[in-house]
Amino acid sequence: MSTALNDYTASYSALALPGQDLPWLQQLRADAYTQFASDGFPSPREEEWRYTNVSALEKKAFTPLLAAARAVDADFIKSYQLADAYSLVLVDGYFSAELSLLADLPDTVQILSMADALQTCPEQVAVYFGKAVTSNEHGFIAFNNAWFTDGVFVHIPALCVLDKPIQCLHIVTQDGGLATTRNLLVLAENAAAQWLETFVGADVGYLSAAVTEAFVGQNSELTVYKVQCESAKAYHFGGLYIQQARDARCTHHNFAFGGLLARSDIHTDLDQAAECELNGLYLGVKRQHLDNHTRINHLKPYGISRETYKGVLDGRARGVFQGRVIVAEDAQLTDSQMNNRNLLLSADAEADTKPQLEIYADDVKCGHGVTVGQLEEKSVFYLQSRGVDEETARNMLTFAFANEMVDKVNLPLLKTLLVQLVLQHFPQNSYVD
Amino acid sequence: MLSIKDLTVNVNDKKILKGINLEVKAGKIHAIMGPNGSGKSTLSHILSGKSGYEVTGGSVTYQGKDLLEMPPEIRAREGVFLAFQYPVEIPGVSNVYLLKAALNAVRKHNGLDEVDAMDFLTLVKAKVKALEMDEKFLYRAVNEGFSGGEKKRNEILQMAMLEPKLCILDETDSGLDIDALKIVADGVNSLRSPDRSFIMVTHYQRLLDYIKPDFVHVLAHGQIIKSGGPELALELEEKGYGWLEEAAA
Ligand SMILES: Nc1ncnc2c1ncn2[C@@H]1O[C@H](COP(=O)(O)OP(=O)(O)O)[C@@H](O)[C@H]1O
Ligand SMILES: [Mg+2]
Repeated sequence: MSTALNDYTASYSALALPGQDLPWLQQLRADAYTQFASDGFPSPREEEWRYTNVSALEKKAFTPLLAAARAVDADFIKSYQLADAYSLVLVDGYFSAELSLLADLPDTVQILSMADALQTCPEQVAVYFGKAVTSNEHGFIAFNNAWFTDGVFVHIPALCVLDKPIQCLHIVTQDGGLATTRNLLVLAENAAAQWLETFVGADVGYLSAAVTEAFVGQNSELTVYKVQCESAKAYHFGGLYIQQARDARCTHHNFAFGGLLARSDIHTDLDQAAECELNGLYLGVKRQHLDNHTRINHLKPYGISRETYKGVLDGRARGVFQGRVIVAEDAQLTDSQMNNRNLLLSADAEADTKPQLEIYADDVKCGHGVTVGQLEEKSVFYLQSRGVDEETARNMLTFAFANEMVDKVNLPLLKTLLVQLVLQHFPQNSYVD
Repeated sequence: MLSIKDLTVNVNDKKILKGINLEVKAGKIHAIMGPNGSGKSTLSHILSGKSGYEVTGGSVTYQGKDLLEMPPEIRAREGVFLAFQYPVEIPGVSNVYLLKAALNAVRKHNGLDEVDAMDFLTLVKAKVKALEMDEKFLYRAVNEGFSGGEKKRNEILQMAMLEPKLCILDETDSGLDIDALKIVADGVNSLRSPDRSFIMVTHYQRLLDYIKPDFVHVLAHGQIIKSGGPELALELEEKGYGWLEEAAA
C-alpha cells in the first residue's frame, strides 16, 4: 500500500461520510476501497489513460476537508454563477445551503444535497446510484465511490420542462485540499432540463475528483454544460456517465480551460433511437495537460451521435482527445460522426488525438476525421494587409477557431462568460471591441 | 507617391522580378498588363508586404519612406491597399468585425478617434448599397462561401471603407460578369481623386474600358518591356503579347 493510500485512508476515516447507515452503500464503498487499494489511480498502461500520467497524485496526498463553514469570496462566486439559474454550490466537497439559490423551484422537482437525499429518500437514490458507472471503470471512480463526501441529487419528474438551467458550482478553497463530490441527475420520461457544472477554485494546488451520473428517461432531453476553470495549479478529474433511454436526446458542451492536469470523461450509453451530441473545446497554455475522453456506446438500433471537439494549444501545453464510439451488434442503422481539430500555436505544444471506432453491426453509417495544424499564414497576412497587427491577427483567427464551439451554446449569459474566458487567452487589441 | 527602382525579387531562389522601374504620381491610374506568370501578383504582394519573397536589389519608396522596411499592417495604415487576386476566406470572423477593426487600426495610426458605432454602421451600409451588395454579407464570415464575384466586390468594399492612398487591384476583373464588372468599376471610379493613385493589374483590356488608365505598362518575364498611354492597351487587345515579347527578347 502506498503512503498516499494510507494518508487517504486515515484522513477519510476521520470524516463522517454520508449514508453510513445504508448497507448497500457501505458495501459499495467497501468494494471500491478494496479496488482502489489494489489498483490505485489509473496508470498510462491502461489504454484509456495512455496519454495522461497521474502518478503525481500518488505522491502528493491531498487532504479531504471537513464540512465547515468557510468564507468564500462572494464576488468570486458571482463571476461564475449564472443569474437566472437554480444554483447549487459545493464548497470543498460539501453542499452549501447558504450559497445555493433555489427560489421558485417547482414543487415537483427534487433538488437536495446528496447527504440529505441519502437520509430522506435513500431508496430513490439506490435505484440509480452506481448504475451508470462502477468502480472497475478506473481508479478515480473507485476513489470517488469509496470516499465521496457530498454532492447533489436532482430528480425531474415526467413531463416537466424546467424553465431555468440548474447550475452546480464546485469550489475548492484550500491549498492541498481534496474534493470528492458525487452528483446524481435523473430525468423521468418526456422531461427536459439544462444542467451546468462549473469547476473553480482558489489560486492554489488541490484535487477535485468529481463524478456525476445522469439518467435521461424515455423521450427526454438533457443539455449539459461543463465549464472547467480550475486554478492553474489544480488537478481535476471530472466524469459524467449518462444513460439515455429510448428516444432520449442529450447534448453536452465541454469547456476545458483551467487546471494543471485535467481529465474529463464523458460517457453515454444509447438505447434505441437515442441521440447525442458531444461538443468540446480545450484551451491549453504553459504546461497545462488537458485530456478529454469520450465514449459513445450505441447499444440499440437507430441511434445518432455527433461529436465535435476542438483544441487550441500554446506554450508547452498538451491536449488529448480520445473518442471512442462503440456500435453493438444489435445497433443497426446507427449514424455516427466524430471530428477533432487541433490548433497548435507553438512548436512545443502537443496534441494527441485518437478516434476509436469499434463497429460490430453491419449496416451503419460512421465517420470520423481529425486534424492537427497551425494558423494559416495567408490568413494572418490577409488581416495584416487590412491594418491589423500580427499578434491581434493571430488572436482573431484563434478566437474564431475556438468560438465556433462557444457559438453552439444556447444560454446567452453563459455564452457571454465563455467569450470573456476565451478572449482572456487571446486578447484582441483595443481597436476591436 | 510611389517610386520603384531596379527592383529584383526571388522566390525560392528563382528570379521572378528582374529589375522593375515604375513611378506613380498622385491621382494617376497605372495599368500593369502581362501574360500569366509574368510576375504581376508577385509585384502586388511585394508592395503589400507578403512574406516569402526575397528582395535581392532595388528600392521602393512610398511617400518618401522606404516601403520595404514597413511591416504589412503599417503599410496598410499608411494607405497602401491590395485587392487580392484570390481573397482569403476567414471562417469565424465576420465581415463587419474585420471592417471595424481595420478602420479603427487605420484611424488610430493617423491620430483619429475610434469610429462611433452608429456612424460606422451608417457608413458601411452606404458603401454596401453603392456596391449593390446584400447587407447580409456584413454579418457573414469574411469571404467564406462567397462566389468569385462576391469576393471581388468585398475587396472593393474594404477599399472603399479604408480610403487608401495607393490602391493595388490584382486581377479584380477576373471572375466578374459584365454587370458586376460595371459595379466594381463604378466603385473604383468613385474613389478616384487627385491624391489617390491606382495600380491595376490585369491581363485583359476589358476592365480598362470602364476605368480609364493614364499609363499602361507591359510586364513580361519579370520586366516592364513597354510603357505607353491607354492606346497601348487597345493594341495589346488586338495583337496579344507575343510581338512585344519577341521584340524584347
Ligand atoms: N512560391 C513560389 N515558388 C516558386 N515560384 C513561384 C512561387 N510563386 C510564384 N512563382 C512563380 O513566379 C512567377 C510569377 O508568378 P505571379 O507573380 O503569380 O504571376 P502573374 O500574377 O503575373 O500571373 C510564375 O512563374 C510562378 O510560377
Ligand atoms: Mg496573378
